[in-house]
Amino acid sequence: MLSPVILIPAILNGLLTGAVYALIALGLTLIYGVLHIINFAHGALLTAALFAAYFTQKLFGIDPYLAAFALAPLFFVLGYALQRFVIGPASHGDDRNMLLVTLGLAVIIENALLYAFHADTRTIDVRYSFETIAVGGSFLALPRVIGLGAVLIVALLLWALLRLTDTGKAIRAVAKEKLGAELSGIDVAHIYAMTFGLGTACLAVAACLLIPTYYVNPHVGNAFVLVAFTIVVLGGMGSVPGALIGGLFIGVVESLSGLYLGESLGQIGIFLIFILVLLVRPSGLFGERA
Amino acid sequence: MSALLAIDGLHAGYGPAEVLRGVDLEVGPGEIVAVLGSNGAGKSTLNRAISGVVRARSGSIRFDDAAVTNHKPSAIVARGLIHVPEGRRIFPNMSVAENLDLGSYRRATARRAQNRERVFTIFPRLRERHAQRAGTLSGGEQQMLAIGRGLMAEPKLIILDEPSLGLSPQLVEQLFALIARINAEGLAVLLVEQNVMQSLDVAHRAYILENGRIVMSGSPADIRANPDLRRAYLGL
Ligand SMILES: Nc1ncnc2c1ncn2[C@@H]1O[C@H](COP(=O)(O)OP(=O)(O)OP(=O)(O)O)[C@@H](O)[C@H]1O
Ligand SMILES: [Mg+2]
Repeated sequence: MLSPVILIPAILNGLLTGAVYALIALGLTLIYGVLHIINFAHGALLTAALFAAYFTQKLFGIDPYLAAFALAPLFFVLGYALQRFVIGPASHGDDRNMLLVTLGLAVIIENALLYAFHADTRTIDVRYSFETIAVGGSFLALPRVIGLGAVLIVALLLWALLRLTDTGKAIRAVAKEKLGAELSGIDVAHIYAMTFGLGTACLAVAACLLIPTYYVNPHVGNAFVLVAFTIVVLGGMGSVPGALIGGLFIGVVESLSGLYLGESLGQIGIFLIFILVLLVRPSGLFGERA
Repeated sequence: MSALLAIDGLHAGYGPAEVLRGVDLEVGPGEIVAVLGSNGAGKSTLNRAISGVVRARSGSIRFDDAAVTNHKPSAIVARGLIHVPEGRRIFPNMSVAENLDLGSYRRATARRAQNRERVFTIFPRLRERHAQRAGTLSGGEQQMLAIGRGLMAEPKLIILDEPSLGLSPQLVEQLFALIARINAEGLAVLLVEQNVMQSLDVAHRAYILENGRIVMSGSPADIRANPDLRRAYLGL
């Protein structure tokens, strides 16, 4: 066994990493919960958001944390437009086709990014990249602490939106009872697009939180989305609190399995959990049983 | 008198199957019109086509002096045409109050409290249960909620698709009294029912739908007097 001196920082760092995973999973689970499709374009859109955060810093010198306030609405509009004018119409009224359209979209976005920026890996330099703060004897990376705070705020805003606003209630209504929602006057195409926009906006925030300590290349989003998908399954497909708690949990699992099995094997623990969940409780922690 | 709802030569179906084969039907302002017909005749399909969730392949639907054929369901609701569907379709994960609020999604928020009060006056049971999750209501309460949610949209015409399904005889009795009551307030009703006798008691006119076509229409007295229909639908 490892001593608490090593274990506690590992757990704390896991929570911090998990927060950004949770945010990516939040977008994925929201879209799944309402549109009932797995958004295959999620990874490519995260990559696009990382490039956007990278270039706003490189070209305009805008700090990524500041850029989040512009990129989140921008990606909301992008996601809204993609669903409303591309994915929706291309599905010809059959929701099952949306899944294939997102897959096609992923290929297009990735290749466009590859064509534009080549396979190079890029990073930004910000002065706080390697700053740490001491919390009860553990040293935590400042950008990750900021990340956790930001994710909690986004989750709270999302919760308030879904619970308290008319649009949020309409989103929840469409998720559970599409026909009833349509017949109540809710424009389902609009609500689908709003949801897709919100999911995509989550990615923009995640990208701004990642870029100070991470890198970007045209494929980088996929690794995150694989983890996010595990979180969505663990938390229960479509469950917002499940994504949040599942994300933090998976972050800790990754950190601890990295500690015990070595850095390069850190993600193995995640996929073991994934398989375990599928075997034992396929509906996830917060999901409704089928 | 111009009709509130006027359907002309309506064809609709699913995939290759044609279900409605040229339906003509009218509902006047303030009228209760019953649509009767055996299982699978196309009654619910007719309702879905009127409310825009099933495409009309040909023919026309006019409501309140405007063409609404193949308009979006949300736009049709906004015009004041409400369809309370078969199977209730309430939002099970939300409270009774939230369900009602969503019923007035297309209406000014300012009138919401007033509309809710009206629904609670008609259905005191919903007031008692306003905070309860809709999915945990009894079947009868869910039907009240479905109708209440429809009334929240301030409709001019309400389509009720088998509202008495699964209700006890006593509740069915109350339901028909309720239909007469909301109609007396000026609301037109298109009623699809299995309870033929009670429907004919409350309706001003009725249509018989058979295999996607209207085979007869007239006053309840006419329908009752027709010997073929007596045998087929009234079991007499
Ligand atoms: N979504 C659908 N896809 C394919 N066929 C359908 C669909 N809905 C209904 N049908 C078919 O259309 C026909 C008419 O169905 P509809 O539900 O309109 O009948 P109905 O008159 O309302 O019957 P009931 O009294 O049993 O409710 C039936 O043959 C039915 O099988
Ligand atoms: Mg029916």
